[in-house]
Amino acid sequence: MKTRFACKFEPARRRFLKQSAAIGGGLSVGFNIPGALAQKPGAAVEINAWVVIRPDDAIIIRYARSEMGQGSMTSAPMLVAEELECDWRRVKIEYASANANVKRKRAWGDMASVGSRTIRNSQEYLRKAGATAREMLIAAAAQQWGVPASECSASNSFITHGAGGRRLSFGKVADAAAKLEPPKDVKLKDPKDWKLIGKSVKRIDIPDTVVGRQRYGIDVQLPGMLYAAIAQCPVFGGKLKSMDASKVEGRRGIVKVVPLETFVAVVADNWWRAKEALRDVHIEWDVGANGNVSSASLMEFYKGGLDVQSDVATARKDGDFDQAFGSAERKIEAEYYTPYLAHSCLEPMGCTAIVKDGKVELWTSTQNAEASLAVAAATAGVPLENVEVHRVQLGGGFGRRGGAQDFVRQGVAIAKAMEGTPVKMLWTREEDTQHDFYRPASLVRMKAGLDGSGKPVAWYSRVAATSIFETLARVPLKRPFAPADGVDPQSVASLYDLPHAIPNVKVEYAQRTAHVPVGFWRTVGHSQNPFVRESFMDELANAAGKDPYEYRRALLANSPKDLGILEATAKAAGWGQPLPAGVFRGIAETEAYGSYTSAVAELSVDKNGEVNIRRLVLGIDPGYAVNPDNIQAQMQGSSVFMLTAMFWGEITIKEGRVEQSNFHDYRMMRLREMPKVEVVLAPSGGFWGGVGEPGQASIAPAVCNAIFAATGKRVRSLPLKNLGLTLA
Amino acid sequence: MIELTVNGRKHNVDVEPEMPLLWVLRDVLDVKGPKFGCGIAQCGACTVHLNGEPVRSCSVPVSAAANHKVLTIEGLAQRGQLHPVQKAWIDHEVPQCGYCQSGQIMAAVALLAKNRDPSDQDIDAAMTNICRCGTYARIRTAIHAAAKTLKPTKA
Repeated sequence: MKTRFACKFEPARRRFLKQSAAIGGGLSVGFNIPGALAQKPGAAVEINAWVVIRPDDAIIIRYARSEMGQGSMTSAPMLVAEELECDWRRVKIEYASANANVKRKRAWGDMASVGSRTIRNSQEYLRKAGATAREMLIAAAAQQWGVPASECSASNSFITHGAGGRRLSFGKVADAAAKLEPPKDVKLKDPKDWKLIGKSVKRIDIPDTVVGRQRYGIDVQLPGMLYAAIAQCPVFGGKLKSMDASKVEGRRGIVKVVPLETFVAVVADNWWRAKEALRDVHIEWDVGANGNVSSASLMEFYKGGLDVQSDVATARKDGDFDQAFGSAERKIEAEYYTPYLAHSCLEPMGCTAIVKDGKVELWTSTQNAEASLAVAAATAGVPLENVEVHRVQLGGGFGRRGGAQDFVRQGVAIAKAMEGTPVKMLWTREEDTQHDFYRPASLVRMKAGLDGSGKPVAWYSRVAATSIFETLARVPLKRPFAPADGVDPQSVASLYDLPHAIPNVKVEYAQRTAHVPVGFWRTVGHSQNPFVRESFMDELANAAGKDPYEYRRALLANSPKDLGILEATAKAAGWGQPLPAGVFRGIAETEAYGSYTSAVAELSVDKNGEVNIRRLVLGIDPGYAVNPDNIQAQMQGSSVFMLTAMFWGEITIKEGRVEQSNFHDYRMMRLREMPKVEVVLAPSGGFWGGVGEPGQASIAPAVCNAIFAATGKRVRSLPLKNLGLTLA
Repeated sequence: MIELTVNGRKHNVDVEPEMPLLWVLRDVLDVKGPKFGCGIAQCGACTVHLNGEPVRSCSVPVSAAANHKVLTIEGLAQRGQLHPVQKAWIDHEVPQCGYCQSGQIMAAVALLAKNRDPSDQDIDAAMTNICRCGTYARIRTAIHAAAKTLKPTKA
């Protein structure tokens, strides 16, 4: 597309400067940024919260959630445009304001980009907003012509009167349409009539990115702005005891050293000076009770969870597991472990804020602008209406920037200490690696009983892990949110919702609250439990002497969507067809975030432990596929994210603190290690599944099952580097 | 005072000689395309060209760039015309979050300046920047596509 977007960067740049300048003249709370409305005051007409139309027929569609590379800033507005019947080439997308969302009683609803839910949770109200605006535009044109609205239709940003052939553009009737009462019930299009949904539409943010004009939180530049680097207590939960900043006093560029409860900030006239000076501030920490915790002691703690009799919640109970297992022909038992993982967003955590006259403005890469706003208000002690969260692109999110708003709390606390001056706080990579909210470590005990034909008649899982919901989100583990009281749904994801036809199932959860903070890491529970479930399923197939694909097929006969994607993926991968000598396959299937995924890995393992993945076939059925090329991109990205984690990802603890610090000891996959990924996009329609996270779910077990086929060694613990395996 | 030429413009900066080039660009000259990812030359998000060579500007002291030519992503397009690598990045929808991409693009441009028709192995060796979103397959495709447009046109 040689498009408007390619030439758009000039206005985008100006817009950013304008936004930056606005703060120089004082607070601009309520200012809509990026603001088409602000560019031509009075010229654009708001039809509803989502649709704004300019007299020149430019259509502005608002976007409320975040853009971190998942592509929703393009695909969510596509849903509005589909029903609006506007010319997509004239659509501009702008963020909805978090401050306006407070003042307008959440006119834009949930602003969070988490849980792969941007499309699936907002598709209905977005399509209705488009359809409502379209009906109002049609009604306004019909009124002007003095004809019944039923004789008019809309297409490509024009309203046409069927009989007379008269036409009016949206821009010509927008003013009149905005004054009409919105219709209560609008009919949404039949999916077969969709023109935009299902097309590979180019992402709107990419042209700015390739010229270096995309603006992330780290890029905010404000007049008079100072910069802060921080050091946090290396042991989680510890506090500042004392500090001595005399060595940096009077040093060039250093403005202030701010001691706060759990961290110390150095404020300077550029970030490098702040960071360098911080090394010379002598800090004593009160590390609290956790200074002796190690990975080994944590493992003992989790192991205890597998055997305790009390404080165990039952997530699922079908039939009588104990009886069926006791009388089973064959019994299989195994324990699986998945480690703590860091998010490692390439843009480290940060927050720029100004606190002035009882108001707060902040610029931060956030997955949840509403949560950022609330935390900023609480930290500064001001009402919600007095805070604006300016929206920027995120340099990666992966769950790190949603539930935990620690960086906002810190940024605003520093800005409060520097009242009236904007301060940009930025973490080092070392702080980022050592102060994450980690994907929880999890230890799982599995048991299954097979009948004489090898079919599983009894299935048991017990998970010992820290609860993300209870410790980070502070959501009580109660029904109906929890599968059962005391069960974190993410801790047992893919286990308690086992879709296989097994008559006696027991799934238990032993909550183990360690001091290591945990959070939502891309795909969350489905990033680890499918490895357990689908590897164990392979163990059962192997014990039964059955083909692992056919074994799963039989158990999924009554779960058509799981079965459908399993079959489509196996077919694309050529399951059962001969392979070259030394090459082996593994398969897995999992539902996650409303989408059904399956993976087939084809690989060889050499005597040095180098795993050469020749092909990774990755299938997904997301129901409706809104933007197919973007789904392809998410599947490719999910492959890199999961292969990185399963081969190398492991955060270890020593003396209560994280041992890894930067990319030299917390390794990321590089281009040369990227295997060939073939995506099988098989949308079966009728439902809306997520796409940002599900792709990861089936990859680890498919690869580990192929490693078993190749070596005879069952992988029950990740990462693979600890087993002497690496990616060729 | 240290004299630097950034994207064809001369600047005199009054900073410590050991201050990394990245932070002079970002915090002193307001050139925000090069990004901070690790600070130890691991990730490559800060990649710029120093006299045509790709360098990790987080680990290059500004004194080493004195009187030399620095090219950042902002200076790549010439007279409003995108570089073929930038065009290929748009055509193949390479970026996801995009944070690493100015570094990736600068690394790719440097590779193609030396090697107009890189093999997959050449790309493997030259493209060592980290992309956390996992756009590697598209980076490879886009480099091959850009190489095609750079080759002399056949009659």
